[in-house]
Amino acid sequence: MIARLALLGFAVFALEANAASATPEEDRSAFVQTFQQRFPGVPLDDYVHGGFMFNRASRSHYDDIMAFPPFLGDIERGKVLWDTPFRNGRTYAQCLPDGGRNLAGTYPRFSTAEDRVITFEMLLNRCRRDNGEPEYRYDDRATMGVLTAYARSLSDGMRMDIKVDGAAALAKYEEGRSLFFRRIGQMNFACSNCHLDNAGKVMRMETISPAVGQAVHFPVFRGGDELYTLHMRYTRCMMQVRAQPFPAGSEAFNNLEYFHSYLSNGLPMQASVYRR
Amino acid sequence: MFSAWVVVAALAAPALATAADLPGRAIAHDQEKGNCLACHRMPADPGAETAATLGPPLADIKRRYPDRAALRAQIWDAGVKNPATIMPPYGRHRILTESEIDLVAEYIHGL
Ligand code: HEC
Ligand code: HEC
Repeated sequence: MIARLALLGFAVFALEANAASATPEEDRSAFVQTFQQRFPGVPLDDYVHGGFMFNRASRSHYDDIMAFPPFLGDIERGKVLWDTPFRNGRTYAQCLPDGGRNLAGTYPRFSTAEDRVITFEMLLNRCRRDNGEPEYRYDDRATMGVLTAYARSLSDGMRMDIKVDGAAALAKYEEGRSLFFRRIGQMNFACSNCHLDNAGKVMRMETISPAVGQAVHFPVFRGGDELYTLHMRYTRCMMQVRAQPFPAGSEAFNNLEYFHSYLSNGLPMQASVYRR
Repeated sequence: MFSAWVVVAALAAPALATAADLPGRAIAHDQEKGNCLACHRMPADPGAETAATLGPPLADIKRRYPDRAALRAQIWDAGVKNPATIMPPYGRHRILTESEIDLVAEYIHGL
């Protein structure tokens, strides 16, 4: 694969051309190699900082804000939702293995029984449903948004560990992968055009983050106070390219998240970070 | 309607107008229209605020594009020259109208 990249000289084509044959692990290492050649000396764990990984000044701005995050109130609200028992007296912690600790980094998972990808957010909704509570909307900041800001923090520090086992799981991964590389919208961009080909470059005032490291640190608080789940961020990027976005919680986004999260395997989870 | 008015205004503009006065400037800078500053710096236009590095700075254009039609073609569909480009195909995808592209090309030509 590396030889292939060097031969073609242009990483995207190598990655794209291998669409059918690449295994998830080959994909991940091709992404990582591409970025590491382009950004020598940046430790892989720093990729969780997205656009902030490229420049010392913007990184210290980030560190300053993270020292006293303006979004602590939202995480606190999420903790209240998490701790408040359902009407039947049970709690999320009772519903999930190990009280929900070190779990978010193993999602999305493929469910053979249901032949579909299950995200961490779906898991939380299942907990609600199984305990007789109405499910939350996937794009609702005040409920699912803050709930995951807290629930995901229970996995802080664990390493992302996504598994794609078997042909049926691989098919969902491939669906996500093909959305990532597909040019869409009036602007005619693929996710890969920005987050693979042009990571590290500046779009107007924002440094574009590499795809590796993006899935480990959601939700983000843009401007310090505007919560975005990962799917809400997908929606925003699709709107920016003037494509008809898929809704948060849609199957297309679940599959995209499956592929996208695999790319961050091995990186440390860190829920709720500041973004510009 | 608006663009027809702009065309007339452009034709009426004095030959020595600076780039900053041209009606194509507003279209090029407007985030809902050309949004060129998302990707390009324009060093000759002091009002063009951006830190973009996605595309090359638009500078010294007249010398490099003596033929304005070639410049217009680049804006209409950058994919012709470079199929892997990320520059949006303003004409082919009707992001701008034909007359808006004329005006943008006129402005860019002066940079
Ligand atoms: C035209 C460029 C462009 C395209 C195309 C694009 N994005 Fe983005 N994306 C950005 C910019 C700019 C940001 C904000 C800066 C940053 O954090 O990368 C961003 C941010 C993100 C983030 C948040 C990163 C973080 O660390 O907070 C994710 C996740 C993301 N994009 C995913 C996607 C996906 C998935 C697609 C395709 C559906 C996509 N983007 C398409 C430009 C783009
Ligand atoms: C999303 C990024 C993006 C946007 C938006 C964009 N461009 Fe570009 N542009 C590029 C890139 C990248 C190139 C380099 C050549 C290529 O890839 O085709 C380029 C090349 C050019 C060139 C050729 C430059 C040279 O040095 O020969 C011109 C002229 C140009 N763009 C004009 C424009 C104008 C005018 C607009 C707005 C109406 C615009 N661009 C919007 C990315 C963009």
